[in-house]
Amino acid sequence: MQQYSGFGLLKHSLSYHENWQRVWSNPIPKKHYDVVIIGGGGHGLATAYYLAKEHGITNIAVVEKGYLGGGNTARNTTIIRSNYLWDEASHLYEHSLKLWEGLAQELNYNLMFSQRGVLNLGHSLQDMRDIERRVNSNRLNGIDGEVLTTAQVQEMVPILDCSKNARYPVMGASWQARAGTARHDAVAWGFARAAEALGVDLLQQTEVTGIRRKDGAVAGVETNRGFISAGKVGCVAAGNSSVIAKMVGMELPLESHPLQAMVSEPLKPILDTVVMSNHVHGYVSQSDKGDLVIGAGIDGYLGYGQRGSFNVVEDTIAAIIEMFPMFSRVRLNRAWGGIVDTCPDACPIISKTHVKGLYFNCGWGTGGFKATPGSGNIFAHTIAHDQPHPLAKPFSVDRFTSGELIDEHGAAGVAH
Amino acid sequence: MLHIYCPYCEEMREEEEFNPAGQAHIERPLQPEELSDEQWARYLFFRKNPRGLHHEMWVHAHGCRKYFNITRNTVTYQIMETYKMGLQPNITASKEG
Repeated sequence: MQQYSGFGLLKHSLSYHENWQRVWSNPIPKKHYDVVIIGGGGHGLATAYYLAKEHGITNIAVVEKGYLGGGNTARNTTIIRSNYLWDEASHLYEHSLKLWEGLAQELNYNLMFSQRGVLNLGHSLQDMRDIERRVNSNRLNGIDGEVLTTAQVQEMVPILDCSKNARYPVMGASWQARAGTARHDAVAWGFARAAEALGVDLLQQTEVTGIRRKDGAVAGVETNRGFISAGKVGCVAAGNSSVIAKMVGMELPLESHPLQAMVSEPLKPILDTVVMSNHVHGYVSQSDKGDLVIGAGIDGYLGYGQRGSFNVVEDTIAAIIEMFPMFSRVRLNRAWGGIVDTCPDACPIISKTHVKGLYFNCGWGTGGFKATPGSGNIFAHTIAHDQPHPLAKPFSVDRFTSGELIDEHGAAGVAH
Repeated sequence: MLHIYCPYCEEMREEEEFNPAGQAHIERPLQPEELSDEQWARYLFFRKNPRGLHHEMWVHAHGCRKYFNITRNTVTYQIMETYKMGLQPNITASKEG
């Protein structure tokens, strides 16, 4: 793998940047892999990377029906934080945040990771009680967090409407300073490049059409490019997880919904942090390019179409204008949708299944991007050892039968 | 935006008047205390979530406030039919071929 550096940039400028190595290749599928990962998004690529790096398994293929990072990885609003309420969830997301903090160096890829902090606004007394509780819980779990007053919020974000006359006045906020954003497609590319350097085959345009089993164990995957034999199969297919599960006669407690996001035209720097509001339901940050990145809520109906309804966009914009009246004349550039696999308790499923050697990592719903390295890291451990990583244990699919749900609805700082 | 025919109002209305209410034809077990944990979990949490034809409940929240059923394609979002509660769909995945 060609190392990237400032010196390299200078060197390549002498040859008009015409001699950069290809970042990854398009290999022909081998007949057999030790592990096949279904889904070439951030989570899948991270899983392959950590399997190769930490568990010494390098005969791996990542099969992706489209192109790498073409799904939710590049359709989210790039927010990274770990201020979740319950112990299980906050440990999981904090594990991920800690990995984020050294990831760009480790992958030798500029992820544009920016710890600009995240504000979760409170608009009612109950919001503020929930915020106090969540921040206290975070601090007990060793996660940074502060409760801010309205004046402190106003000082931090002068353009936010904190007046008493607002329809939903800002009463305070929680603040996680280590939270922030990263460039989402760079995360997929960085993991892909690093994984391939360790020997992982990245098979794009390869759609899984079936899972072959033998004596109750997984034998491989049928694809549009033929059968690929596999010792173990990890499914990281986000919105399409139910479709894969159906191939082995399994039902998951998932519903796939469209989730929309949008960006405005590029503006001069105006917002240097991430502002989220559970109550009016909108969240916004400004990318380094200058466009406002705005996230909507899910459309309530099932949808695999990677697009949602216009009225959801309209509601989101109304919420953003409510918080930032000065954005009312900003024009939107693009809007898009992704398919999110939502779980009844708004927490992921990282689990073994009734088929030996088949593992699922799904149900991340609206908040999977922030967990990309952590999810890959513990899922790789789960696959390599055939038993759940200690952090993954509470997220088994069995929790829906045992009743040990981890209810992060609303508690996570944003309504789902 | 979806345009939905409410079988009770007998009119096409815009999506904003309606709320989706999840998978249709789920029957509440008559004797829940006799179910195993697996069966109860299946009733509460496990859903079909198909990529393709889906029978789902909607409620005409800003209209007649009645629940009804829709058969809809979850990829194209095309609504194939709407029908009243208690009725069975005319269009099913097997019939569509």
